[in-house]
Amino acid sequence: MDNQENKKTGITGWIDKRLPVFTFINHNLRDYPTPKNLNYFWNFGSLAGITLVIMIVTGILLAMQYTANTDIAFDSVERIMRDVNNGWLLRYIHMNGASMFFIIVYIHIFRGLYYGSYKYPREILWMLGVVILLLMMATAFMGYVLPWGQMSFWGATVITNLFSAFPVIGDYIVTFLWGGFSVDNPTLSRFFVLHYLLPFAIVGVVALHLVALHQFGSNNPTGVDVKSSGDTIPFHPYYTVKDYFGLGVFLIVYAALVFFAPNFLGHPDNYIPANPLQTPAHIVPEWYFLPFYAILRAVPDKLTGVLLMFAAVLVLFLLPWLDKHKVRSATFRPFYKQFYWLFFINAIVLGWVGAMPAEGVYVLIARIASVYYFSFFLIIMPLLSRFEKVGELPSSISAAVLSKKFDKDINESYAK
Amino acid sequence: MKELNTNTKNKPSPIDEEKRDFLFITTAGLAIAGGGAFAWSMIDTMNPSKDVLALSTTEVDLSPLEEGQSLTVMWRGKPIFIRHRSESEISSADNVSVDDLPHKETDESRVKNPKWLVVVGVCSHLGCVPLGQKVGDSKGEYGGWFCPCHGSHYDTSGRIRKGPAPLNLEIPPYEFVSDDIIRIG
Ligand code: HEM
Ligand code: FES
Repeated sequence: MDNQENKKTGITGWIDKRLPVFTFINHNLRDYPTPKNLNYFWNFGSLAGITLVIMIVTGILLAMQYTANTDIAFDSVERIMRDVNNGWLLRYIHMNGASMFFIIVYIHIFRGLYYGSYKYPREILWMLGVVILLLMMATAFMGYVLPWGQMSFWGATVITNLFSAFPVIGDYIVTFLWGGFSVDNPTLSRFFVLHYLLPFAIVGVVALHLVALHQFGSNNPTGVDVKSSGDTIPFHPYYTVKDYFGLGVFLIVYAALVFFAPNFLGHPDNYIPANPLQTPAHIVPEWYFLPFYAILRAVPDKLTGVLLMFAAVLVLFLLPWLDKHKVRSATFRPFYKQFYWLFFINAIVLGWVGAMPAEGVYVLIARIASVYYFSFFLIIMPLLSRFEKVGELPSSISAAVLSKKFDKDINESYAK
Repeated sequence: MKELNTNTKNKPSPIDEEKRDFLFITTAGLAIAGGGAFAWSMIDTMNPSKDVLALSTTEVDLSPLEEGQSLTVMWRGKPIFIRHRSESEISSADNVSVDDLPHKETDESRVKNPKWLVVVGVCSHLGCVPLGQKVGDSKGEYGGWFCPCHGSHYDTSGRIRKGPAPLNLEIPPYEFVSDDIIRIG
């Protein structure tokens, strides 16, 4: 392949010899050998990348119109909605883009969790993913503060106050984060600067994520390693087309949200200007934080609640060492599969209960769900690693694909 | 229903090139149209917004201006020079042969009422604001305005006479709404 590259002539050849960008593209996006059995869950990485680009482009355009000052931030957002050409569209794309981004990345993570993509040799790939998730959360949180509505203000107050839970240093941390004695102008300016900065940090970590990915290539639904070139197909045109198709479907959903229900996922209170003298009756974070918020509220002790909430994300870093079962894909792990789906439902329950008032039966549900959340990682995974028996794995990706096709053909001809 | 024919079933069907081309062209065409519409609506957010366009007219009362006095007002973020010209200023602007000017315009074509000269106070060279509005300012060699940035001299009709600027000071759109009041924009 390299020989072929060197023979390139013309301008591209001239450039490529000195700066091998075309070789690089060819290597990573054209010839790149990819398992031939990837299903649609493998679309979500490229979707996340495209969404990241959409967020950065719309974000930069918004920043050209937005003013980070407590006196005019809210009005500057309303000006975007009313006076700026297509400003409403720009803002709704960015606002709902954040939600779409989290949906995609959560599916991306659940895909990894199901197919064991975090296991050897993809541990660092996975951990870089968790770093991206943390950066995304910080970015989304600070972005939500910028319009300076009631939810912005009180969300910022509550989340920054989490740090006050730490003994002795807690109050100093909070004052430091605020740059004052309450959430105010200094807080807003620094949040704006960081909200602009962090997405570029995400771009950097995504680049590393892809370097790590291409070191061993993608995992696949069987979890069986690629054994020969017969197990792979070139990325282009097979997966470029598949990614394009997925993108089309994704954009339909995204556009439907933007054009028909742009405020569906938001909270109406954020259209009331921030008022430091009055907290809204029912304050909830954005939906993508709800499961973690539920864990926070499930714990009666302030510090423990805060620590467990952070731990709920950080535990993902340990996954490659908590699940040491030799088999990657849940397809071939009868027990893990069950616990996995229970975990999935449990995560949705946590999200739902996080939006409910913190009282009565909801507290009980939140507690049970929190216990299962951590048990899944800290108890069930290590135990299954030792005791779960599995049947025979397919000898290769090709074997798995062919036997499935064979079964299907047989079934079909019987049916006829 | 067709009868199952195992022979043809396992053979790949021949490629219908025309159908492929049609699908490819329609898909790519739609993607380009959609991408273009998206790109344009996003780029358009950088064009002047409604609140900016709303600032595009200014009314000015001329009655307090004595002969020989000047007034500067803002219109679209730019200075507008208004001068109540004296008889001698008008005649010196009138008595120039248009052929000698770098930018050939008669004084008559640049005013609605010869007593009042209304020009955009932005030098046509690189955008500085010329001197000559304030008492004591240098008015340049032709008694109009002098741009200190790179030395352009404008006459009492706001026409470029000497220096690097290529064009006369621009005349903004304006009209007299009454004898003493003009609306710019
Ligand atoms: C901005 C966010 C992210 C972007 C742009 C991104 C991008 C990608 C891309 C393009 C791929 C290859 C395609 C695919 O397998 O879907 C990939 C694979 C992967 N990502 Fe991400 N990712 C992001 C976040 C995350 C997060 C938060 C995690 C986990 C916590 C993660 C874990 C993984 C893993 C384990 C793989 C390999 C999957 C496999 O081969 O089975 N990623 N990522
Ligand atoms: S800008 Fe006026 S002379 Fe150059």
